[in-house]
Amino acid sequence: MNVKVLLVACLLPVLALAQGFAGLGTDADGFADPKPNPRFDFPADHGPHPDYRIEWWYLTANLQGADGTAYGLQWTLFRSALAPGEGDGWQSPQVWFAHAAVTTPDLHLATERFGRGGVGVAGVEAAPFRAWIDEWVLEGPDFDALRLFAQGPDFAYGMDLAAQGPLIFHGDAGYSVKSAEGQASYYYSQPFYEISGTLQLPDGPVDVTGHAWLDREWSSQPLSDNQSGWDWFSLSFEDGAKVMGFQLRQRDGASYSASTWITPQGATQAMANGAFVATPLETATVAGREIPVLWRVQIPDRGVDVSVSALNTQAWMGLSIPYWEGPVRISGSHDGVGYLEMTGYE
Amino acid sequence: MKRACLAALLSHWRRNPLQLFAVLAGLALATALWSGVQAINAEARASYDSAAATLGEGQFDQIVPKSGERIAQVDYVALRRAGWLVSPVIEGRLGEVRLIGIDPLTSTGAFDIGQVTSTGNLQQFTSVGQLFANAETAAKLDGIEVIITPNVGPNIAVGDIGVTQRLLGRRDLSRLTVLPDQPLQRADLNEIAPSLRLQPSTQTADMDALTDSFHLNLTAFGLLSFAVGLFIVHSTIGLAFEQRRGVIRTLRALGMPLRTLVILIAVEVLILALIGAGLGIILGYLIAAALLPDVAVTLRGLYGADVAGTLAFRADWWASGLALALLGTGVAAAGRLWHIARMPLLASARPRAWAMAAGRAQLLQALAAVGLLFMAATLAIFGSGLLAGFVLLGCFLIGAALALPVIARPLLTLAERRAKGPVAAWFWADTRQQLPGLSLALMALLLAISANIGVSTMVSSFRLTFVAFLDQRLAPELFVQIDDAQKGPQVQAVLQGAADAVLPLLRVEGTVAGQPVQLFGVRVGPTYRENWVFLDEGAKAWDRVHDGTAVVVNEQLARRSALWVGDKVTLGPDHTLPIAAVVGDYGNPLGQVVMGEALFAILHPAVNPQQFGLRSSDPAALRSRLIDLGIPDSAIIDQAGIKAFSLQIFERTFTVTAALNVLTLAVAGFAILMSLLTLADLRVPQLAPVWALGLTRRRLGQLELMRAGVFAVVVTVVALPVGLGLAWVLLSIVNVEAFGWRLPMFLFPLDYTRLGLYAVLAAILAALWPAWRLMRTPPSALLKVFAHER
Repeated sequence: MNVKVLLVACLLPVLALAQGFAGLGTDADGFADPKPNPRFDFPADHGPHPDYRIEWWYLTANLQGADGTAYGLQWTLFRSALAPGEGDGWQSPQVWFAHAAVTTPDLHLATERFGRGGVGVAGVEAAPFRAWIDEWVLEGPDFDALRLFAQGPDFAYGMDLAAQGPLIFHGDAGYSVKSAEGQASYYYSQPFYEISGTLQLPDGPVDVTGHAWLDREWSSQPLSDNQSGWDWFSLSFEDGAKVMGFQLRQRDGASYSASTWITPQGATQAMANGAFVATPLETATVAGREIPVLWRVQIPDRGVDVSVSALNTQAWMGLSIPYWEGPVRISGSHDGVGYLEMTGYE
Repeated sequence: MKRACLAALLSHWRRNPLQLFAVLAGLALATALWSGVQAINAEARASYDSAAATLGEGQFDQIVPKSGERIAQVDYVALRRAGWLVSPVIEGRLGEVRLIGIDPLTSTGAFDIGQVTSTGNLQQFTSVGQLFANAETAAKLDGIEVIITPNVGPNIAVGDIGVTQRLLGRRDLSRLTVLPDQPLQRADLNEIAPSLRLQPSTQTADMDALTDSFHLNLTAFGLLSFAVGLFIVHSTIGLAFEQRRGVIRTLRALGMPLRTLVILIAVEVLILALIGAGLGIILGYLIAAALLPDVAVTLRGLYGADVAGTLAFRADWWASGLALALLGTGVAAAGRLWHIARMPLLASARPRAWAMAAGRAQLLQALAAVGLLFMAATLAIFGSGLLAGFVLLGCFLIGAALALPVIARPLLTLAERRAKGPVAAWFWADTRQQLPGLSLALMALLLAISANIGVSTMVSSFRLTFVAFLDQRLAPELFVQIDDAQKGPQVQAVLQGAADAVLPLLRVEGTVAGQPVQLFGVRVGPTYRENWVFLDEGAKAWDRVHDGTAVVVNEQLARRSALWVGDKVTLGPDHTLPIAAVVGDYGNPLGQVVMGEALFAILHPAVNPQQFGLRSSDPAALRSRLIDLGIPDSAIIDQAGIKAFSLQIFERTFTVTAALNVLTLAVAGFAILMSLLTLADLRVPQLAPVWALGLTRRRLGQLELMRAGVFAVVVTVVALPVGLGLAWVLLSIVNVEAFGWRLPMFLFPLDYTRLGLYAVLAAILAALWPAWRLMRTPPSALLKVFAHER
């Protein structure tokens, strides 16, 4: 057992919690809990909320090279608090970690970083916006114009992002319920970024353009004990409409789903449990386990019946906390692209 | 039949319990010292390994300050922000415990914290302030929550970086570990943190290499004792075989196949070897356990290496002890078995009176001795490397031992010629006649005495030189050591007014002549001119150093790079300077270059002094004055303290050496005792006629004692030059190879005289019991000689 496994074992129960892993406590240890009818205060709420146990700045992008090749990238900064609040220097209970990945049709490169709060190696500031860990950054004068950078031993990317629409609030005005028992988080997104930049891949640099989706979420106990994992979809249709939908799988075989329909103008409609139906059609062997890589997604209310297939079935994030995350293609009643995250597959 | 045969063979030992005791004790002693020494070595190495694993030293590149010992935390953050994947480490002493702070989130995982905290919790580690240490270390940490784990190296406690900073009262770092997988793009280190430098993992001081010579010395001691022990085994087994010729002839005559007989004897020897070696391993464990604390202090003092004070029962040392014991016994028995295998069925069962007809063997021995000594001489002249040094030692010692009977014989013949009266003539003749039987025991004594002379000469010479060196280097009455290099000039200004003279010491690590060295800038003045003794110097050495036109290098650098006074060293792009003098340096294994303050400032303008030597006629008053001026008491070191500490370490080294000396001498004494006892029965036929001619048993006993004394004197006389030769090899060859310095050799005639007396005493003590037995031999036993014709 090495240090990184230790992290999983005792440092990051909350991430595991968020990702639906087993055996997680539901006590909140003095952490704040999300309450219904939130009133967000921007730009302050783009910054960290140290009284909550877990928080993330989660960016995914569907990209295209000049030759039409599809790519995907992920940049995520997590904050996990060992105790609520802030402390001086190394005494800060805030722990930061980040994941970055690039996906091509036949390659998936992923890497991660860890950093302690309080000393300056990682953190988030609201205005001007700056989220960073080591040399990785997501920063800009404000949330609508950002610069992105991340790198690992075998890849790097530098991108510019410009928001083309408003922020989107999921659930009940940003209060997103995660189970029938009422576990919830604060959850909003900016799904309207235009993105362009350069991917540094093992075969050389590739200039790309595309669309990016940034999720902001924080909570202290988002999952219920009987939930084992989740499948999260962000889908962008060619007509400009978008959908965020997830289903939380329960140990008894049932699931809890929630979704948000987003019009091209940014108007939203939260859809109730059961409105968003995702059914696995095919699996692939990834990192020694069977993972669904072809899905049928139905939203009967909106006339959506599409198949969602992985651009690269091997988009496995083999990091301290392993999960599957990669770009997808959509075809059927609607065409488009999107991102898929799947956790809790043993 | 096999059982009956084995019973017949074993009955020999029942009838001769003393021989059985000699074989077992010889084997046990040999194995004991060997495995004891190996146990100490194994424990020390295991300690280095666990310390290295705890610290991640040697496996990863490190970022360290160019000068001083501290890294600002902002530099760490700046490096991380520039793409350098580094993990911070802070090191300091909490009392005598080495405290290490790590960041578990970014550390390399070399410190296996996962295992030690399987039930733990990161929050406990980072905010509550837990430390991890082994039980021995934990006992030294009062009032701190310590989780006990065997995974942490000896005398080390590991904690979270923030907790450790708090405990040490610091806000900075000691070094940064460079993680193996670095990202694609990184800014240049010099751009981000110009005061830091990258130290490749291969250049990290490797404890194994540093302490190798110390362990080789111990190993040599162990091997020596083993050789002495095997002499005992060899002679006893030889005697037993001789005495059993009759039994063997009878068994063969009764129809025992030769093959079965040889196998049975081999099995018998194997059983004896296993029992003896087993006892030896237990004994060795006890010896090692007793010596280990002193060895640990020595290693910590001389090399800064932490060694656990408790001993683990590790397979590598007891297995090697067992293997060597079996091998040694096997070699001793093989020759005899070969004889038995070739012996005609009904050969005379009369025991050959112990190598009496060994004229040819003696010639061979003399030839072997000359050959070995010649090889030693060749190695001394042409050999190079530490291994060659030890082979030289081996050849020299064994050659000298083999030469002993060859030298002793003419001496005894000479004495016999000069003897007056029949008793004296018989005494010398009989002494000479006993030489072959006792020669192995005497060789053992020779080895023990010469090792004693050699090692104590080396250690005492080292002490004299070292004390002089300490006087030279610690001439200033007080030292002030500050942590923050930025404050150097400010502190210097404060000191200037308080002390009679201030000697700032500028220090930086660098590479000269392809070697990692420490570069020093000094303020040349009377303190240096009067106290430093050079091994060799050119004209006006200090004047030239002061002017910046020459440098002083230490002996280590000079010898390793084959440089000497007058040769040139390159210190910078435009600075290639001649060596003005070479100075003896016994404090560290690294090369050093000493230059004038002004030149140092040109070459390393960014380096401020962090160490100051202060001259004063009243150190106590100066000390309180400095404290009044705001210099913390802990930053002021008085030289008497350092000196006392250094000498104390040295005394511990002596304790170990002295203990090993006593043990080898004891083994040699035991060898003599056993030889005399086993020879006693054989000698009855030789003594009976003398007794019959009128010498009383009492007189015979006195003569026996005297003979032992004479032998000891002869051996001591031969051992003296051998021991001095040994000391010379150790000082001039082994030391140069191991440490890079040559020590001047001093002679200690009083010590040698005392040692000679001890040797005589040991021999007489060893002869006491055999002589007493001889005095008590019933006349009937002596008479039987004539009746039985044996």
